[in-house]
Amino acid sequence: MAPVLVLWLAVCLSVTWAVDRGNFKTCDQSAFCKRQRALKPAESPYRALLETMELTNTRLTLQLINDNNKVRLLLELYRLQGNMTRVKINELKPLKPRYEVPDVLIREPPTEPLSLLSQDENGVVLSLGAESQRVIVSARPFRLDIMEGRDVLMSLNSRGLLAFEHLRMRKDTQVEPEAEKKEEGDPANQSETTKEEEEKVEDGMWEETFKSHSDSKPNGPSAVSLDFSLPGVEHVYGIPEHADTLRLKTTDNGDPYRLYNLDVFQYELYNPMALYGAVPVMLAHNAQRTTGIFWLNAAETWVDISSNTAGKTVFGKMLDYVQGSSETPQTDVRWISESGIIDVFIMLGPTPNDVFSQYASLTGTQSFPPLAAVGYHQCRWNYNDQEDVTSVDAGFDEHDIPYDYIWLDIEHTDGKRYFTWDPHKFATPKEMLQGLMDKKRKMVAIVDPHIKVDSNYKIHNEIRSRGFYIKNKDGGDYEGWCWPGSAGYPDFTRADMREWWASMFAYDQYEGSMENLYTWNDMNEPSVFNGPEVTMHKDAVHGAWEHRDVHNLYGFYVQMATAEGLIQRSGGVERPFVLTRAFFAGSQRYGAVWTGDNAAEWEHLKISIPMCLSLGLVGISFCGADVGGFFKSPSTELLVRWYQTGAYQPFFRAHAHLDTPRREPWLFGPENTALIREAVRQRYALLPYWYQQFYHAHRTGQPIMRPLWVEYPQDPATFALDDEFLIGRDLLVHPVTEEGARGVTAYLPGKGEVWFDVQTFQKHNGAQNLYIPVTMSSIPVFQRGGSIIPKKIRVRRASSCMMHDPYTLYVALNPQRTAEGKLYIDDGHTFNYEKKEFIHRRLSFTNNILSSVNLAPDAQFTTQSWIERIVILGASKPSTVTLKTADGKESQLEFDFDASMSVLTLRKPGMNAGVDWNVMLQ
Amino acid sequence: MCCQYILLLLLLGVSGGVSAVEVQRPRGVPLSKRQFYEEDKPFTCLDGSRNIPFDRVNDDYCDCQDGSDEPGTAACPNGSFHCTNAGFRPGFIPSSRINDGICDCCDTTDEYNSGAACQNTCRELGRKERESLQKMAEIAKEGFLLKQQLIQEAKRGLEDKKAKYADVQLSKNEFEKRVEALRTVKETAEQPEKEAKERHLKAWEGKLGCESISPSTVCTEHYITDSIVSLINIFLARLSCLDATYNSSTQTNSLMITRNNSEGAVMQSELFCCSVMLVKEDYILDLLSVCRNLEKEISFDFGPTAEFAYLYSQCYELTSSEYIYRLCPFNRVSQKPKYGGSETNLGTWGQWAGPEDNPYSIMKYEHGTGCWQGPNRSTTIKLTCGKETVLTSTSEPSRCEYLMEFTSPAVCQEPSSLDSVLHEHEEL
Repeated sequence: MAPVLVLWLAVCLSVTWAVDRGNFKTCDQSAFCKRQRALKPAESPYRALLETMELTNTRLTLQLINDNNKVRLLLELYRLQGNMTRVKINELKPLKPRYEVPDVLIREPPTEPLSLLSQDENGVVLSLGAESQRVIVSARPFRLDIMEGRDVLMSLNSRGLLAFEHLRMRKDTQVEPEAEKKEEGDPANQSETTKEEEEKVEDGMWEETFKSHSDSKPNGPSAVSLDFSLPGVEHVYGIPEHADTLRLKTTDNGDPYRLYNLDVFQYELYNPMALYGAVPVMLAHNAQRTTGIFWLNAAETWVDISSNTAGKTVFGKMLDYVQGSSETPQTDVRWISESGIIDVFIMLGPTPNDVFSQYASLTGTQSFPPLAAVGYHQCRWNYNDQEDVTSVDAGFDEHDIPYDYIWLDIEHTDGKRYFTWDPHKFATPKEMLQGLMDKKRKMVAIVDPHIKVDSNYKIHNEIRSRGFYIKNKDGGDYEGWCWPGSAGYPDFTRADMREWWASMFAYDQYEGSMENLYTWNDMNEPSVFNGPEVTMHKDAVHGAWEHRDVHNLYGFYVQMATAEGLIQRSGGVERPFVLTRAFFAGSQRYGAVWTGDNAAEWEHLKISIPMCLSLGLVGISFCGADVGGFFKSPSTELLVRWYQTGAYQPFFRAHAHLDTPRREPWLFGPENTALIREAVRQRYALLPYWYQQFYHAHRTGQPIMRPLWVEYPQDPATFALDDEFLIGRDLLVHPVTEEGARGVTAYLPGKGEVWFDVQTFQKHNGAQNLYIPVTMSSIPVFQRGGSIIPKKIRVRRASSCMMHDPYTLYVALNPQRTAEGKLYIDDGHTFNYEKKEFIHRRLSFTNNILSSVNLAPDAQFTTQSWIERIVILGASKPSTVTLKTADGKESQLEFDFDASMSVLTLRKPGMNAGVDWNVMLQ
Repeated sequence: MCCQYILLLLLLGVSGGVSAVEVQRPRGVPLSKRQFYEEDKPFTCLDGSRNIPFDRVNDDYCDCQDGSDEPGTAACPNGSFHCTNAGFRPGFIPSSRINDGICDCCDTTDEYNSGAACQNTCRELGRKERESLQKMAEIAKEGFLLKQQLIQEAKRGLEDKKAKYADVQLSKNEFEKRVEALRTVKETAEQPEKEAKERHLKAWEGKLGCESISPSTVCTEHYITDSIVSLINIFLARLSCLDATYNSSTQTNSLMITRNNSEGAVMQSELFCCSVMLVKEDYILDLLSVCRNLEKEISFDFGPTAEFAYLYSQCYELTSSEYIYRLCPFNRVSQKPKYGGSETNLGTWGQWAGPEDNPYSIMKYEHGTGCWQGPNRSTTIKLTCGKETVLTSTSEPSRCEYLMEFTSPAVCQEPSSLDSVLHEHEEL
């Protein structure tokens, strides 16, 4: 009886929905965070030694000294092209080199000359070039202030929280390294020969334990920390990944936001706990300016945020205003990392788009995916066998629902050996892939970075024999427990390892693969089931570095190597598609990201919006959440609402846990099948617009899915909105995320602007909160007056079937009766667009003339697609409509005018989508 | 953009040769709707919503809300295209599949402008389908004959059971009378032995009257007199109608009972009591359960003509690469690892769960062993017509929800004339 009871209890407990917080560290349980957070704002012990200043064409260097311990630091200050300042601080003479993050920056950022404006014994003033921007270096105590005119834009170390734990010999073991090893962990061995003003040895400096795991810390304490003050700023964003609101909260009364890539089982919402990925980039915004801070450090990092207005009520703020309280709002931020150096990029905007392009110039832009990847993805853990795949594929045709990719999770492999297939369930993978290819569809198979330790497994043997595995602290291959049981973890920080890994995707290496097979990298935090916090021991060794130094980079490198493999297998012709769970700054260059193992709950649907918005702000546009929710089983209503939301998010994939009942779109009765079909078809009809957004993101670094404030930066009503969003500039989406909702209130931004409901064409004024009644049939989506959106409304079973189909242009007029949009067309899957093989046109409507103008005259591409229909919203009735093509021919177009909605539809103008033309309304 | 006018050349596969017949109608229109598409007359959308000039039919622009003006192009999102598929079965496809580069109609007519290299496979498909229909019809024919036998057997079986039931009812009544009589005898016999019995009971550590002593415990430890054995055997004889399970249990008990006795009256009385217990606890219970089983079997839904009755108390197995699956119809489904390990219950009989027009095509087994973090296991059995009764496939589409296919002659329908089925598919 007793074992049964225990089992029953275990089952009951395990089905209780919640993260096991005890598995993950709080700041107090992370020794360096506790140590650093114990430092309170005060006068900084650091002093700038102005006499050491050296100013060259590209940089300023200066030594800093800590008056408490006399350890010297080296400050490097760069003015970077594109209105950025880089601040680097390292030990002047570290005991051994400290880790500087490689491979994340796309190049050494080009500098611009700094010029000295003035200098005295208190400090120096340097010009940052245009717009009267200056940086003031104060000597005693050391601080940096970045000014524009008389305004301080940002101050560094103004609260005195610069801290740099210099590398040191272990005091109790200042002996030969060999002897040191033996004596490790002997706390009784206290040295009497302590030096002058050495800091006292605290717990956790040389060894730290968490639960049953101990971290040996052979290098001792090495944390770095710096504070930033943002006068005039009340809204900060970014530092994903957290399951929290778009606007970051102050952390005074709890833990800081944590950046440490972790596989968090059943994560909780609205808290600052670390999740799968980390991008150490924060954006600060007010009505005048947007700035950004990029803290380039890959070690465990915590970010504290405080605000002088956070505690104040609206009444309190009003009182301040009435009484003329002099205190301006200010947000203070503090970054703490466990190791490495301080390397900060301060992006000075001033507009949101400026910050995006500044950040893009450092870490690159979103990779341009194949068009098909922007379509719908059908995933499940697991499609059981080839017959299952065939029947699900057939189900989509039977129910006339388009899709592009079907996915296989870990069970498709031969015993969780990646790059292999289960010999019974997937005996003839090429046959299966060919079957999909015959329908112009594709597949994604999972390839995780943990490698089964099995001497009969080729991949393992090769990695082991080449010495590519990460090592444990004792020099042996690190082994951890993951899906296959005991597993090794290839050292993806090594370029030669990545090259080898990439070569494994060659068609002759990855047996059963074909050109329509793509890849999914899961568990790349890395997830180690029996490791501390379900990840790798920090004292594991990557060549010269500890895992501690590189942890947050691991997933980034896995996806990098995989994407490179997919490119190489096609001889550099085809664009790759790789989905990753873990990520870092720069991961946008390698593919898509999803929000990990969410749950079939309304709150999880809701949080998908701020989670993807936050990622978009820091460059990762190709984001989505598992449609339907991964854990648990969604109600039909939730599933339908999730499809409707997912159809308007960049990465659109349904996924489900192994233990949940099947939920292919047609399993919930004909009515719901129809609702889901409609949602997916809306996605496909909009693919030309989506694709154009991806191209734009690839070119500019601007997010695809955007918070409203990005487009309306001066409207404070938009600053905290995260229940609605924009796709590009022109579509506003307000998902329905409440059960049984009969209506939603959407904020339509833009004074003097208008928005058109895309279903009804009803026109609404901007700058208002609008209550919109909803039914199950759709969610509110609006097109901005002043925009032109191309669609392909002949939705077919997969995106590539629609390649040659004609376009319908939706021209939504603003009150000035103008509109503008773009049309981008290429082959949809190769890198030939880099060789200028594309069509890029500007569509504009002014003075009653709609015209198409070539934006890229040097580009070459032809399309069979033509313009089949032009729908003008907010139009008045013309008497004639004339089409004029480039060859000078004129023809009259037939049209239909709906006076009740002011919608003018031009019938079948018929011109090719790639040529010049204009249409005149008279 | 392409497909303005339309002269369909339909190749009709006629036995003995091939002849061409011209049927003039817009592309994608079925013969049955030809009269709505008359050239030289304005076209009225089939929903009546609008009139358009006939040259706008199939002009690659959608004018009708219902898509009826573009039967041969992909212009209307809700349109459908008719493939004639001469030699095979005609059908409709969504018009979004016209010229999408994928061959959908076996006569290739859906890909007239996409460059897709489609082969006309209709005759081949037709041949294959005819063959398979023929095969199926043969199976159905034979299966249907077998089914008639099953129905007859079921009928006989039911009559037998009804008779048996009446018999058991009788025995039961008789039996209860005898038990009453025995009780009286027992009580009388106990009276003079009371003291001795109390002594004995002390030795048995406070066990009280025989009503509360488990008969099996007591009986295995003692000897039984011949008289009691014979008494019990009388009852056994009267219960001869009982089924196999029952018989085996009675045999075990009688074995114990026939052991010899050399102890005194104390034992006798107690054993007597014990035998009453045996009778009461086992036989009455068994008798009742036999009655219940018979009742259940008699009233059980074995299909409209009890054709599924033969599956009752049978089991069928299927071995996969990992497991042995076992289906015992109307009882339970289970799974056992091939190479050792314990059996898992995949569900016990729930109900017939086919669609309204064919409820006996699906069986549902529910409330099997619970899954970690999941539901209780359950199994859906799809029945199809076959000459043999075989479990043909098994899968687990969702975790802990199993799907099996099972063939049985009991599912076979009276084969409609094979010829008519085949002819239907040649119609245009």
